[in-house]
Amino acid sequence: MAQVTLRKVIKKYDEVLAVRGVDLDIADKEFIVLVGPSGCGKSTTLRMIAGLEEISGGDIVIGGDVVNDVPPKDRDIAMVFQNYALYPHMNVYENMSFGLKLKKTPRDEIDRRVKQAAQILDITELLDRKPKQLSGGQRQRVAMGRAIVRDPKVFLFDEPLSNLDAKLRVQMRTEIKKVHQKVRTTTVYVTHDQVEAMTLADRVVVMNAGLIEQVGSPNDLYHSPTTKFVAGFIGSPAMNFIPCHLEQAAGALRLRLTDSLSMPVPASRTARYTAFVGRPNLMLGLRPEHIMETRPHIEPDQHDFNMTIEVVEPMGMETLVYFTVNGAEICGRVNPNAGAAAGQSMKLRADLSNMHLIDDTTGKVL
Amino acid sequence: MADIAVAGTPGRRGAYGSISRDRRWAMRWSYFFLALFAIFFLMPPFYMLITSLKSSAEISAAQNPWWVFGPTLENYVALLGKNEFLIFFRNSALVSICVVTITMLISVTAAFALARMKFWGSATLATGVFLTYLIPDTLLFIPLFKMFAFVRDTTGIELMNHWWTLIIIYPTLTVPFATWIMIGYFASIPKELDEAALIDGASWMQTLTKIFIPVALPGIIAATIFSFTVSWAQFLYPMAFTTSTNELVLPVGIVTTLIKGDVFNWGQIMTGALLGAAPPLIIYAFLMDYYIAGLTAGATKG
Amino acid sequence: MADIAAPNAAVLAGDRRTGLHKLMQRKSTIAFLMALPLILLIGILVLYPACYAIWLAMLNKSMTKFVGLGNFQFLFKRDTFWDVVFQSCLFAITAVIFKAIIGFVVAHFVHNIPSKGQRKWRGMLLVPWVIPPAMSTLAWLWLFDPAYSAFNWILAHFGIGPVPWLGETGWARFSVILVNIWAGAPFFMIMYLAALKSVPEQLYEAAAIDGAAWWQRIWYVTLPMMRNIIAITALFSLIVTFANFDIVRVLTNGGPLTSTQLFGTWGFKLGIESGDIPLGSCVVLFMVPILAVAASVILRDINKRGSEV
Repeated sequence: MAQVTLRKVIKKYDEVLAVRGVDLDIADKEFIVLVGPSGCGKSTTLRMIAGLEEISGGDIVIGGDVVNDVPPKDRDIAMVFQNYALYPHMNVYENMSFGLKLKKTPRDEIDRRVKQAAQILDITELLDRKPKQLSGGQRQRVAMGRAIVRDPKVFLFDEPLSNLDAKLRVQMRTEIKKVHQKVRTTTVYVTHDQVEAMTLADRVVVMNAGLIEQVGSPNDLYHSPTTKFVAGFIGSPAMNFIPCHLEQAAGALRLRLTDSLSMPVPASRTARYTAFVGRPNLMLGLRPEHIMETRPHIEPDQHDFNMTIEVVEPMGMETLVYFTVNGAEICGRVNPNAGAAAGQSMKLRADLSNMHLIDDTTGKVL
Repeated sequence: MADIAVAGTPGRRGAYGSISRDRRWAMRWSYFFLALFAIFFLMPPFYMLITSLKSSAEISAAQNPWWVFGPTLENYVALLGKNEFLIFFRNSALVSICVVTITMLISVTAAFALARMKFWGSATLATGVFLTYLIPDTLLFIPLFKMFAFVRDTTGIELMNHWWTLIIIYPTLTVPFATWIMIGYFASIPKELDEAALIDGASWMQTLTKIFIPVALPGIIAATIFSFTVSWAQFLYPMAFTTSTNELVLPVGIVTTLIKGDVFNWGQIMTGALLGAAPPLIIYAFLMDYYIAGLTAGATKG
Repeated sequence: MADIAAPNAAVLAGDRRTGLHKLMQRKSTIAFLMALPLILLIGILVLYPACYAIWLAMLNKSMTKFVGLGNFQFLFKRDTFWDVVFQSCLFAITAVIFKAIIGFVVAHFVHNIPSKGQRKWRGMLLVPWVIPPAMSTLAWLWLFDPAYSAFNWILAHFGIGPVPWLGETGWARFSVILVNIWAGAPFFMIMYLAALKSVPEQLYEAAAIDGAAWWQRIWYVTLPMMRNIIAITALFSLIVTFANFDIVRVLTNGGPLTSTQLFGTWGFKLGIESGDIPLGSCVVLFMVPILAVAASVILRDINKRGSEV
C-alpha cells in the first residue's frame, strides 16, 4: 500500500513531447482513473509509473521512494494489460505464480496466495486451464489475479476492458470495483471511456495533449468542469456549446443566443458574469438534460423557447431531440410522451441554473 | 492452360446447370489434373524405389522397367554392408545435427535481440540478414576455397578435406533464413507479453527461455526442420571441399563413389539415393505442417 | 531520448536517474552481444568471401600478379563464356516461368477441392521439394539413361524413336530445365496456395454477384491480391535457379561439351577442377548483377511491408 506522486513528469519521443509536465498526488488506497482521448499521454504516464518507459524529466515517487531509475520488477507494482498478456503456454496457476516463482517465493506461500487470489476472483476451478480455453471475461479475471497475487504497492490498469463486449464490460467494471474494495490497493487505471472513469474512480484525472486538464471526483468533473475540454469530454451525450454574448439591459444581464432568442442570466451568476459583458467568443455550455420539454410549472431560471426539431432519437426512457441554434447542433432530452417529431416545431425549456459560461479563446469555464 | 479446361466447365454449364453441379464438375476436373500432376511429381521417387528393389540382371533385361518382377533387397544389403556408405551416413548425420544446433543457438538469440531488444543498427541488420540469404553458395565456394588455403598457410590448421569443416560453412546457408523465420515469429508475439514478464521480474534471458521460446515453438520447429533439410541436401560445398572417401557426406558420396567411370550400378545408386532422401522425407512426413509453415513464413511474415 | 532530458535530470534528480537509463543501455549492449555470433558469421563467412571474390577475380592464374580486368577481357573473347551467359539466362527464365505457371495452376486445383483432402494432396505434391536435389536428379539421370531410359521404353510403344535426353544440345537443355521445373514447381505451389487462402472469400462472392466469369475472377481478384507473393516467389526462385549447381552437375555435368554449363557449374569446373581460381571467381561474379536487381526489388517490397506495420 502506498502513495504515488508524480512531479513535473515529462516524456519526450525524439523531439515530440508526449507528456508535458504532469503533477499528481495519489493517496494510499485511492482508485485514480486517467481518462482522455487517444494520444493524450495517459497510457504513457501509466507506463512511466510502471517503469516500462524511461521518464525524460521530473520525478515519480512510489511509497516515499523516488523510482525514476528503478527497473519495473523492483518497483513493486502490478499491471493489467489491454490484451491481458497472459502467457499462452502456461495454465492459469502458472500464469499467476510466474512472478512469485522468479522471486523465489517458497512454494507453499505461492500456493496460498494463488488460491486466495483465485477465491477473491472466483476462478478457482479455472486454475489448470490454458488461456486459450478461457472466455474474455475469465482472461480478464486471471490477469487481475496475476496482479493481486503479487500483493504490490500499486495496481496499474491499461484499458483493461476495451477488448470485451459491451455487456461484459459493465459486468467486469463492477467486478474491478469490488476487488478494489476488498484488497484496497492503490490503483491507477487508464481508459478512454468516460463512463468507466466516472463509475470506477475515487478521483478522475482528465488528460489532454500531454497535460492534466482537471482532477476531481466524478461529480465534481460533471457538475463543475473547469475547462471546455472537460465539460465536453465528460457526459454522454456531450454538453451543448452555443456561441453567445452577454448584454446588459435595464440593469439585468441577458444571454443573447440569436437575434430573436435571449434569456436572462440567473441572479446567482450575475455578479460572476458582469465582467464579461461584450466579450467576444463566449459560449453557453448546457447539458442535454437541461434542455427539456416545456412543463406546466416554471421553476426559477427556466425559460421556454420554440424550436424546429431536426432529428428525433427515441432511447426508451427518454427521447433525444436535435436542433440548431446559432450554427451549433444542440441536443435535448425530452419525455418520450412529449410528442417530439422531426420537422415540427416544439416548445422546449432551458434550465439555466446549471449553465456554464465558457471563454472559447482560452477554453476556460468562467 | 490446363485450368482453362477445368474452370471453363462451370462457366459453360452455368447456363443450364445448378451451382452445385458446376462445383461438382470443377471438383472432378481438379482431382483429374491433380492426379496427373501427382504422377509427374512422384514418378522419380517411385522409380527410385522400383529400381532399388531390382537385381542387376532385371535392370538390364529388356522388359517393362516400370514394374518389379523379382523384388529383392540385395541392393540394400550390399549398400548397408559397405563401410564407406555407413561413413557417409555418419558424416551426414553428424554434420546436420551440429549445424542444426549451432544454427538454432545463433539464430534464436539473434532474432530475439533483433525483434525485441533493438540496438543501434538492429533494423538494418535484420534486413541485411535477409539479403545474405539471397547470396548463393555458388558465389562463395571459390573465395572460401582460397580462404581455407590461407588459414592453412598462416595457422597450420587444415580445413580442406575434413567433414567437420562443413559444420563451419553450412551455418552460412541456414542461419540467415532461420533468423528471418524467428524474427517473424517473435515479432508476432504481443509486446505486452515481454512487458508483463519484465514486471514479473524476468531478466532478458528468462524472458527468452521461459516465454518466447515456448510461445514460438512452432517457429523453432520450422526453422530446425529447414536447417536440417538444407544441411542434409547441401551438395556444392562438400563437392568442393572434401575429396577422400572418409570425409564425404551422403549426397556427394553416392554421386562420386557409386558412379565409377562408365560402370553404373543403378540398383545400388537408386538405393543410395533413396536412403539419402529418407531422413528429410521421414521428418517431412511427420512434421509436414511445420515444414510448410516454415517455407511460407519467409514470404508472408516478413 | 535520455540525453534530451539530461539537463532536466541533473537539476531534479542528480545521479539518481542513471539507473534505469543504464538498464536501457545495458539492454542494447546485451542485445548486441546476442546478435554478435550472427554478425561475425555473416561478416567472416559471407560478406568477406563475397568481396574477396572480386579481388580474386583480378589476379592472374597463379595468383601472384594483379591483372585488373584482364580476366574479364579474356572471358569476353571466349565463345564458351557467351554460351554460358545464354544458357544461364535461358535456363533460369524458362524454368522460372514454367514453375510459376505450374505452381499457380496446381495451387488452384488444390484450392478447389474440399479442404479435408487438401492436406493429403499438398503433402504428396511437395515431395520433389523435400528430396535433396542431388538425390532426385540421380533418379532423373537413370530415367534419362541412354540405354535403359524408362521414358524411351514408353515412347517406343507409340513408335517414337529413342530420344537422346542428355546426348544432344537441345534435348539436354530441355531435360535440365524439366528437372528444375519438377523440383521447383512445388515450392511455387505452396506459396501460391498460402496466398490463395489469404484472399477473403467475400471478394469472390462480391465478384460473382457483379457477374464476373471465372477468368475475370482470377484476373481481377486473385492475381491482384497475389501480386506481391507472385513477384517475390518468382524473384526468389530466379536467384536460386540462376545459381543452380546440383541438377546440372549430376545430370549432364555441363555437357554435351559445354551446352548446359551454367555460371555455377562452369565456375566450379574452372576454379576447382582446373585450378584457375581467378577465372572461376570471374565467372561466378557474373551472377551478381541479376542477384542485385532481384534482391533490391525484394528488399523494396519488404521495406514497404515494414512501414505498413
